[in-house]
Amino acid sequence: MNMFADLHLAPEALAVHAPVLLVLAPFMMSTASVFAPNGRFAWGMALLTSAFTVWMSLVLASDVAREGVISYHMGGWAPPLGIEFRADGLNVLIVILISFMALMSALFAQPAVAREIRTEKQPLFYTAFQICLAGLMGMALTGDAFNLFVFLEISSIATYVLVGLGATRDRRALTAAFNYLIMGTIGASFFVIGVGFLYAATGTLNMADIAERLNGLDDSRVVQAGFGFIVVGLGLKAAMFPLHQWLPNAYAYAPSFVTVFLSATATKAAFYALARFIFTVYDPNWDFVVAAMNYVLAPAACLAILFCSFQAIFQLDVRRVLAYSSVAQVGYMLLGLSVGTVAGLSAGMFHLANHALMKGALFMAVGAVALHSNVWRVCDFKGAAKTAPLTIAGFTVAAFSLMGTPLTVGFLSKLRLYDAVVINGWWWAAVVIATSSILAFFYVGRLLQAAYLMKPDEGAPEIKEAPMVILFALWVLAGLNIYFFFDSSLPLGLAEAGAEAVLGASAGGVQ
Amino acid sequence: MQFVLDHYNYWIIILLMMGGLYILFESQNLIKRLVGLSIFQTSVIVLYVTLGKVAGGTAPIFVGGGHHGDEHGDETTHGDHATAHGPEAAVASHGEVHENGYHIEPSEGHADASHIGDALGEEAVLADVVEPAVELTHHGDETVQDVAHSAKELSHDTASHGADAAHGAVEVIYSNPLPHVLMLTAIVVGVATLSVGLALVVRIREAYGTIEMDDVNAADIAAGEMEGEKA
Amino acid sequence: MEAHFSPSVLIANIVLMAMLGVITIAIIRLRSLFAIVMLGGVYSLVSAAWFQAMDAVDVSFTEAAVGAGISTTLFLAAMLLTVRTAKPSKPIKKRWAPLAVVLATGAALVYASVDLPVFGSAEAPANAHVGKAYIEATPSDVGTPNIVTAVLASYRGFDTFGETVVVFAAGVAVILLIGFGERARAASDWRGKDEEQDENFSDDSHLILRVVSKFLIPLIAIFAFYVHFHGEYSPGGGFQAGVIFAVAVMLYALIFGLKAAMTAFPPVWARAGAAIGVAIYGMTGIICMINGGDFLDYDYIFGPPVEGAHHGHHNWPQITGIIGVEVGVVVAVACVMITAFYAFAGRVPEIRDEDW
Repeated sequence: MNMFADLHLAPEALAVHAPVLLVLAPFMMSTASVFAPNGRFAWGMALLTSAFTVWMSLVLASDVAREGVISYHMGGWAPPLGIEFRADGLNVLIVILISFMALMSALFAQPAVAREIRTEKQPLFYTAFQICLAGLMGMALTGDAFNLFVFLEISSIATYVLVGLGATRDRRALTAAFNYLIMGTIGASFFVIGVGFLYAATGTLNMADIAERLNGLDDSRVVQAGFGFIVVGLGLKAAMFPLHQWLPNAYAYAPSFVTVFLSATATKAAFYALARFIFTVYDPNWDFVVAAMNYVLAPAACLAILFCSFQAIFQLDVRRVLAYSSVAQVGYMLLGLSVGTVAGLSAGMFHLANHALMKGALFMAVGAVALHSNVWRVCDFKGAAKTAPLTIAGFTVAAFSLMGTPLTVGFLSKLRLYDAVVINGWWWAAVVIATSSILAFFYVGRLLQAAYLMKPDEGAPEIKEAPMVILFALWVLAGLNIYFFFDSSLPLGLAEAGAEAVLGASAGGVQ
Repeated sequence: MQFVLDHYNYWIIILLMMGGLYILFESQNLIKRLVGLSIFQTSVIVLYVTLGKVAGGTAPIFVGGGHHGDEHGDETTHGDHATAHGPEAAVASHGEVHENGYHIEPSEGHADASHIGDALGEEAVLADVVEPAVELTHHGDETVQDVAHSAKELSHDTASHGADAAHGAVEVIYSNPLPHVLMLTAIVVGVATLSVGLALVVRIREAYGTIEMDDVNAADIAAGEMEGEKA
Repeated sequence: MEAHFSPSVLIANIVLMAMLGVITIAIIRLRSLFAIVMLGGVYSLVSAAWFQAMDAVDVSFTEAAVGAGISTTLFLAAMLLTVRTAKPSKPIKKRWAPLAVVLATGAALVYASVDLPVFGSAEAPANAHVGKAYIEATPSDVGTPNIVTAVLASYRGFDTFGETVVVFAAGVAVILLIGFGERARAASDWRGKDEEQDENFSDDSHLILRVVSKFLIPLIAIFAFYVHFHGEYSPGGGFQAGVIFAVAVMLYALIFGLKAAMTAFPPVWARAGAAIGVAIYGMTGIICMINGGDFLDYDYIFGPPVEGAHHGHHNWPQITGIIGVEVGVVVAVACVMITAFYAFAGRVPEIRDEDW
């Protein structure tokens, strides 16, 4: 965190509003891009918005580094009467990650959207993207439980339509979006029920205030059931096993830009919200919370890692391979979280950041390959390394990171996770991590084998190199996957600061 | 028994929720699913509103001109409001009025209220149309003064009746406004989700020719198998 | 503490709840989508009546307008574009999975309900902490008689901003997914059909409708304005007013034809209005920021508040801010509802009378 403390990136008058500007800028720009004359202009606006959010998130990070906790009172009403935006160690990482991945996806968007979305729909498409971005930002920043629901819905509604627009290429996008809508709305409703129970028990909606008033209420069945509903509700959004059924199809059939953006951000924001509730609103030392983490979340995480890695091996479609792998990776993060120690949570958050970098790069490369040839099957990648060497090289770096090989950042987060579970005495979880690395070797290996070792089929469409702007974004992400192996102080520092911020007092964690 | 009386509302709501969820999960028809979804969401709204209900309370809109407890009481400029709300406040006293278990017989209150209503004539009726709030409970003195005060603006005779009716009361009880605000948001979010869902259903129908989920899945599986064979 | 309800509230509560239960069971058993959709609307209407009994007048108003009105209209429109009956459900043996999920959820809820506060208790935490604070602080902080409006537009104005964006997002989504009636307008026989319809309108059966609606539509629009601007004093506000205004346009479209409605209120307006509404809301908040306050801090709307200034009976900065954001809400909601209606109705080249 120290590296941010000396940064002064914006005038004070702007910096004090950084939390709300992160949400407000995309909102206002989304209304403006309704009037954009064409898709290219709207893309420029979206790019500008994403760049602005990156700037503001860095401003926010430096403020948090200096002052610890930033609280912004909407409408000037102090919480609990008013709604509060609250930035601390835990969400700074998420905010930076979302804004950065939005910027990278926006770079990717220009050629991809121009090809995949009908011309007259492009301005509104970018409107929906910016609404989604603002929604995710709001989820990451808000300190009010009900406000979180509102932002959850904002991002979700935008997501449903973004996924559904894949229908111009494949009609299955429609059913994927519909199923996502049903599951997502059930999740949001469960979350609202959970918040309602917390409200019934405490009379307030501000998370910090709820936490204070929950003291000594751990026997209340209302509080316990509220925990269950919130975990299930957010777990649906975070694609927690076995609530992940909506994810593979949604990722596979959405427009490729949408897949890049969502895979790097959407489940991450929901996962953050889950961690926020478990660790700061509830007390991770309470019996029922410990029991839930030990006997529900941790087994679910392990099943996700094993089962979905296994399923990934047998998928024909490259995007589905990566989508199942995403569910497995959520399992890693969840495993870190359910350990309940600073080491575990920071490993989970670290892996969350890494996973965004690697999955973003992988989906970008796949999208770039399909850009010209419109092929998605593993067998269509045969010989791609010869005709599109730079794209496939970027893919390879990220793929090695996904397997967790040394020299990539994926190795570091898996190692830390391994340490965390072993210290906790969860040898079975350590076995799961090791096994899944082998499984990852198989499903990623299949892709690499096709790309490098096989000759293209006769008459198969030739795979071309990606446009410059995509290569740039792809290689920034791939480069970070390598760079952070040698100097992981940025993501790891933020992840550790976050874990310490929420677990500081109860660092002992699960016994 | 008391326990059942205290909680029966929650149990009915739970049954409604389960009904909505069951429709949602059981039906293969996409439109029926969305109906189930909105029933489920409406039941959640019912749960919240239940949480905010205060027995004997009234709608969270200030009665008697709306500034009870306010430091500025320039009644002269505010006379017209008092006129509008006065009768209603008085009528309201026909509801159960209690403080610490002390009940004024409804019939008694009712008699007085109707008396006032007569005296006020049509104005009272008009005011009631605007304000749907029906009954109030009064605790202690303050509100009685409020009620009396506003009533005084209308007629000195009826004012004393109004005060009689609600004697011993202090404060108008309002139901909790916060759940209402939250659920306004939830209703609007619900219709937003619904319109997106229906738009998707229309597109699914156009793409697949059916809106039965199992048929759609069957079509997808068939298409997937063809793809697999090609590979 | 025991809660005392007056008999009328208790009876209303039990009767309305029972009706909701009966409707739910009926929907489970029915297959005709038309009946299901209409019962869904009835469910909303009954729950609106129940909200009335629970003192939630604003919720009741909105549920009646949105749940029973707009939702049902959208359902019917979507049904016209798809099918009328659902397939029979599977035999009970194959339905164990949904049943299991539902029973598990129900069990969790029942588990919690035992510790939920007594129904109607004023001392329940939910009613004692923040909720009570709003009732106590509203007169001096905001000064609107309708506490719900004060909380909605000022204390939790940011939620409402998000809510407006949700509506906007839905409008964007519907346009992106099913267009804007382009298909209907592009249909080659559009003009012919329309003229045919015009002839139909000279029928006696439509004469009454047309005459009555000519009176009714302006009245509905005026009522929308009343609901909007009186929202501080009585139930109502931007959302309800926006919906009512949209209903006026829908009624016009139903009686005089979609094309006439699209001429009177062009789809482009609706699309622009949705964005402008959100922008108005946002700008109201941004003005406060420029004047030195936090986002949506209406005390700063005319500039920094003067220390110790005793505002008269009305707290003008707050009221101005509330009216500002409510204007944004009404514009956005009305335009999105009209958009959705145009989008669904415009997807069918022709709506025959018997379909409505």
